[in-house]
Amino acid sequence: MRTSSGRKIRPYAAISKHLLIAGGALVMIYPLLWMLFSSFKLPENIFNDAGLWSERFTLDNYAKGWEGVARTSFAVFMKNSFIVSGLSIVGNIFACSLAAYAFSRLEFRFKNALFAAMLVTIMLPFHVVVVPQYIIFNELGWINTFLPLVVPKFLGTESFFIFLMVQFMRTLPRELDQAATVDGCGKVQIYWRVVLPLTLPAIITTIIFTFIWTWNDFFSHLLYLADIRKQTITLGLRLFLDSDSVSQWGPMLAMSVVSLVPVFIVFLFFQKYLVEGITAGGVKG
Amino acid sequence: MLKKQTLFGRDPVAYLFLLPWLIGFCTITLIPILSSLYLSFTSYDLMSDVQWKGLDNFAKMLTDDHRFVQSLGVTLKYVFIGVPLEIAFALLLAMALNKGIAGMSVYRTVYYVPSLFGGSVAIAILWRQVFGNEGVFNRLLGLFGIEGTSWIGEPSTALYTLIVLKVWQFGSPMIIFLAGLRQIPGEMYEAASIDGAGAFSRFFRITVPMLTPIIFFNVVMQFISSFQAFTPAFIISNGSGGPIDSTLFYTLYLYEQGFVNFKMGYASAMAWFLLFMIASMTALLFLSAKKWVNYDR
Repeated sequence: MRTSSGRKIRPYAAISKHLLIAGGALVMIYPLLWMLFSSFKLPENIFNDAGLWSERFTLDNYAKGWEGVARTSFAVFMKNSFIVSGLSIVGNIFACSLAAYAFSRLEFRFKNALFAAMLVTIMLPFHVVVVPQYIIFNELGWINTFLPLVVPKFLGTESFFIFLMVQFMRTLPRELDQAATVDGCGKVQIYWRVVLPLTLPAIITTIIFTFIWTWNDFFSHLLYLADIRKQTITLGLRLFLDSDSVSQWGPMLAMSVVSLVPVFIVFLFFQKYLVEGITAGGVKG
Repeated sequence: MLKKQTLFGRDPVAYLFLLPWLIGFCTITLIPILSSLYLSFTSYDLMSDVQWKGLDNFAKMLTDDHRFVQSLGVTLKYVFIGVPLEIAFALLLAMALNKGIAGMSVYRTVYYVPSLFGGSVAIAILWRQVFGNEGVFNRLLGLFGIEGTSWIGEPSTALYTLIVLKVWQFGSPMIIFLAGLRQIPGEMYEAASIDGAGAFSRFFRITVPMLTPIIFFNVVMQFISSFQAFTPAFIISNGSGGPIDSTLFYTLYLYEQGFVNFKMGYASAMAWFLLFMIASMTALLFLSAKKWVNYDR
């Protein structure tokens, strides 16, 4: 056996290495598989089997879980999560692409200082601003609304995505702008007609990461959404925990699976863009 | 093309593009930063007036609050055990997968998926079951005749279940390592092989030095984010940081002080201490980088 670089590999070493990788993969994925299989089991079997298979599978957990807690259907939590995620995506694309265009292709005063300030905010721990933000949103009467979760996105506070788009827009050839200028386009038209359409890959990466982060977010939802009708899926799951008893584990696992499905679908369809987002900034292109 | 210089520079329209971000930067970031710095020297509970307390909050934190010290210790343990293990696993698996094994893309996906879900409430709930008294982990141990305890309920082990959850998510740094490994020219390995270098010395003489910038990047990113971990500890301990404060993460205690007890001055002081810690340790990492990170590629 030979590898691509031509070195000899002993077959036994190769096989045992492969087995090790496969075994590791099984250990990694086992908790997730167990959750998936258990969500279809009878409550008494969930705690009795360590294995995946069971004599009987049922949809009862899903039916019972979907009814929700405290007379609030899980559909309500699901709908709220989609609203918050959807608006966050729109907000991030809007504010971050505008700012990224200015930073990557325009010349203006204080550009370097503002760019540096933007970079610093990427690394800033959320906790340093969270108390005054809470006080401000409380004064505005925004507690128990989606506004504290969504409005900041329209004001570009997720500056990681500005950085991501700046990196991308810098690679677009300058000649495009010049040609458009000759054709009589102003800066706004260049942004809208030339740069934005070409930035699509970075925008898709932004959409995916905004979705996953907002969907999984717990801390800020916990802070701002106390009313059960306004709660999102992460808070809804937590309500199941409060009524912690063995009979609740089935529905709880079932709804946990439901809560992960949208993220998994996004992952399956957009893997390539996800990898680009993860490696942004870490690896020179 | 010559353009007139204006007060705002060559393209004053840039400020129009920046407007949403500028408003956000001032109102949602800058003013809150300054306010929280101010609040950290006061006591405030949303109802009564702000009272100036000088350095009282910081003095209390460091000398007269054993739960603060506990939360700091728990967090440091979590970061300094979890991050090195996570990076080590990420590097190991990236090395193993990089050599082009059959089914590589499937394995990459399987190893990555835990990072995709890891921070969610659903997985934290799963962890409560897996490491509970009658959980899957103990069932599996039972197959080997070992009797486990309630790993979540035992103060001496509860934090380790959270560290396992953290290390389980090594897929995301692994993806970054894989991207970095692909950039190391194959000729380097060939030349080394011809010169008689074995697998061991190729790893330490070529792979590790070439990857140091990426190792550094991963360490810094994981370091900063794991200091701020919140969701898993909150869900697994049901908001208490228990048993007996053994999973009282710094952020959990901050949340409790600020938003359960409404001691907003104290919470702000804690936030600034957190920032100070993260910033100074990151600065140390950057200083050390001069010694071990190889930037000339």
